[in-house]
Amino acid sequence: MNAKTTDLATLSPRGLLKRDATAEGLQYLTFSLAGEEYGIDILKVQEIRGWAPVTKVPNAPPFVRGVMNLRGAIVPVIDLRLRFGLDSMAYTKTTVVIVVTVQSASGSRIIGTVVDGVSDVLNPNAADIQPPPDFGTAVHTEFISGLVTIEAGMVMLLDVDRLLSVEEMFALESVRPAGEPAIAQAA
Amino acid sequence: MAIDLAQFIQTFFEESFEGLDVMEAGLLALEPDAAVDLEQINTIFRAAHSIKGGSGTFGFKNVTDFTHLMETLLDKMREGRMAISQAAVNTLLESVDCLREMLVAARENAQVDDERVQALRDRLMQLLELKPTTPTAKPVNDPPPPPQTLGWRIQFQPHLHLMHSGNDPVRMFRELAELGELTVRPNVARLPRLVDLQPEDCYLSWELDLIGIAPRDAIAEVFAWVEGDCELTIEPLMDKVTTPATVSPASGPAVRLGTAEEGQQGELLLERRQSEDRRKSDRRASPTTATESGSIRVGIDKVDAVINLVGELVTTQSMLSALGEDFDMSRLDKLYEALDQLDRNTRDLQEHVMRIRMLPVSSVFSRFPRLVHDMSGKLGKQVDLRINGEQTELDKTVIEKIGDPLVHLIRNSLDHGLEPPEERIQAGKPATGVISLDAYHKSGSIFIEVGDDGRGLNREALLRKGLDTGLLKAGEDYSDEQIDELIFHPGLSTAKQISDVSGRGVGMDVVRRNIQDVGGSIQIASHPGQGARITICLPLTLAILDGQLVSIGQDCYIIPLLSVIESVQIRADAVNRVAGRGEILRFRGQPLPILRLYELFGAEGAVTDLEKGLLVVVEADGRQVGLFVDDLLGQQQISIKSLEKNFRRVSGVAGATILGDGRVGLILDISGLIRVNNPVL
Amino acid sequence: MAKILVVDDSASMRQMVEFTLKEAGHQVTVAEDGQVALGIAKGGLTSDLVITDVNMPNMDGITLIRELRTLAAYKFTPILTLTTESTTEKKMEGKDAGATGWIVKPFNPEKLLATVNKVLG
Repeated sequence: MNAKTTDLATLSPRGLLKRDATAEGLQYLTFSLAGEEYGIDILKVQEIRGWAPVTKVPNAPPFVRGVMNLRGAIVPVIDLRLRFGLDSMAYTKTTVVIVVTVQSASGSRIIGTVVDGVSDVLNPNAADIQPPPDFGTAVHTEFISGLVTIEAGMVMLLDVDRLLSVEEMFALESVRPAGEPAIAQAA
Repeated sequence: MAIDLAQFIQTFFEESFEGLDVMEAGLLALEPDAAVDLEQINTIFRAAHSIKGGSGTFGFKNVTDFTHLMETLLDKMREGRMAISQAAVNTLLESVDCLREMLVAARENAQVDDERVQALRDRLMQLLELKPTTPTAKPVNDPPPPPQTLGWRIQFQPHLHLMHSGNDPVRMFRELAELGELTVRPNVARLPRLVDLQPEDCYLSWELDLIGIAPRDAIAEVFAWVEGDCELTIEPLMDKVTTPATVSPASGPAVRLGTAEEGQQGELLLERRQSEDRRKSDRRASPTTATESGSIRVGIDKVDAVINLVGELVTTQSMLSALGEDFDMSRLDKLYEALDQLDRNTRDLQEHVMRIRMLPVSSVFSRFPRLVHDMSGKLGKQVDLRINGEQTELDKTVIEKIGDPLVHLIRNSLDHGLEPPEERIQAGKPATGVISLDAYHKSGSIFIEVGDDGRGLNREALLRKGLDTGLLKAGEDYSDEQIDELIFHPGLSTAKQISDVSGRGVGMDVVRRNIQDVGGSIQIASHPGQGARITICLPLTLAILDGQLVSIGQDCYIIPLLSVIESVQIRADAVNRVAGRGEILRFRGQPLPILRLYELFGAEGAVTDLEKGLLVVVEADGRQVGLFVDDLLGQQQISIKSLEKNFRRVSGVAGATILGDGRVGLILDISGLIRVNNPVL
Repeated sequence: MAKILVVDDSASMRQMVEFTLKEAGHQVTVAEDGQVALGIAKGGLTSDLVITDVNMPNMDGITLIRELRTLAAYKFTPILTLTTESTTEKKMEGKDAGATGWIVKPFNPEKLLATVNKVLG
């Protein structure tokens, strides 16, 4: 039972995603982080940028790298590794910033998230999405909306609104979605 | 043709709310049981009258009915048939409030508190000595003439001067002709000789037969305007031709006018359309909040100024364009000239555009006379509210946000600051207390002061409370100002007992936060027994400021130029370490606390040796502090962007901006930094 | 197509009446109180019809009508008052001053036009 994947060629030159109007069901942008695959609702993804130095914000939690200028808007940049309580990694050429639109109680916000690299656009059928597993009380699973199994392994679908909620981000120091051991990627 | 009234309804609401303000101000200015100020009452009456008329036209019947009562009461007052009692004024004031609510509800298609409306209606009717009315049954139309009649015979003899009022018998006959089949027989008996004829006078009279089922009322309606200017009889016409009793034999030719549609049907149509319009206008009321509005009224002069400046900008642009067309280094001078001009044009334009958002502070101050009037009555205190500087202009956003804090401060002065009259007299003060509200410009900021001549703060109680809660350390020597500042501390002012003890009530911390949210600051100065004064300092414009760029480590920060006093280099021997207070620089004879920003901000790679960096001396809230930075990087005008839109508030940082190289620069919050440094709070 | 002078201190009323009459093809001049209207009339504006509110600041409708009737150009011009009073007294006040008739508020645009058409003949 494999979900269909869409070629990354759907990305336009500016990194803005073309939504596949003919695709049925939901589309997810998948990315890799510390050897695991995650997916976020493509409708929440505004664009993908390469990493560029940001302006540090004093006394912010470590996972807030700083703020960047997105065509005149001041956008915070979150390091997802640190957000998950993992070790940070040196940024390389493949390090990207996924700019997402997040809904919160106070309206919508634009937030940038630093990830290791983007993978494919996933187009699962609703039937392929399994409910989030129960990892036990020590782990925060409120922001995992489901699991999808693909050829290469498992993708954890993230609820971006909860993951990047400003209220949560500064209430919790870091969260860790402990889960299945990383599955070796197919070649 | 159906005309959509919705387009005028917005204007109706605007002018009605203004009218309510006029009524309120007028009512407050009335001195009950004193000589009647006719002009004042007339103004109030006219305002009510307009609202009644407009609401009727645009279909808000409940408003019309309610306003009618108010208008009737005011009418009696202006004609001297009713005394202007305090009770009447108070009832009218409350009615104005209720009417305001009703209008807001009408505009937003929301529910109104019917109980409140009914209660005020009863009070108004009591004052008018009317019994509460039950809805009257609709008047029954005259039945059409009994079947055996054909129609009506009308005798119409106008007085000589009927036409002087612009009325025209022929017009009236045409109207009649629409009601049925009309036959007209003129009577020329009164015609004088030609030489004596006055063309403007009416010498003719007529006998008219109207065949049809039109009711008597409809015919009387046609002659409604000339009732007093003629002799008129309307009698049913029998189907047997009976010789009518005419005044004199008809001698002119009979004129038959064609019939038209039934008048009755036409009336019905009109009614239906009326109620449809009303329903449509009710639904179309747009939901805007009562407090913040998305629109602004701008004086034409401001718009003209901007238009002129844009014109100049266009000229400069053409200059640059021409220069660019074939440029060589020999024309460098001209280029610099043009760039200078561009700089001036943009600054001027910026300033003037910001002014468009500026409104006089009177829009906030205007609610206070009413507030003070009501509250002083309830608290049994006598107050004289003095307002100055209402025309001082502030940015619209700032105005919207300082309303609530100011209400709070005035309430406090009234409630806790001012003493009851007996106490004041005992203290040797006049029984009437003074609350002063002032607004003025000074050195690039707006100041708003709320002062009173009451008790002032109770410092002993504050000191005790401060020690109890651990905010103050026992044995330390605190200045009066430091103790007074405690009032703004959340820990202190939320305690319930404080409201009696400290002389100021709850919520001062919220007031301060609200002021800080718009980039302002607040201070209190108190003199026991004499009164207290709160000073609020607000930025003139929110969005643009002149900034001093500084480097701290690898980061670039911006210090608002307005707060910069000067920048100095530090000599190590001028610095003292004081236990519990950090490093102090002896600066121009005063102790200046040093803030190592790199420590505060966790900046990497910054200069740590005090002698190798720079100290920027800044001032806010009447206090100074020295900010230690690596180096100065130049000054530029920056537009302020909020961090909170996508992120959150960061302490020590007032906002962000995009620098020339595209990087984000953080703007320092000087007031906040100074507070951080203050050992007490 | 007639020239109509409309006098009312309420902006929404002025707008509504002006719009209604213009849509019907008339030429409309507006004034916000009696003084302004009288000034315009004295200044040379002739009208086929005057519609005026009664309660206005500076110069009320009744005074305006009295004044207009002294001007040659307005001696016989039809003048209608806009009155919310349904009592005879108020209507007669206008008539005593020389008004042709009245329109009772509230009225809707259709009623206004019907009355205007009747007066203009």
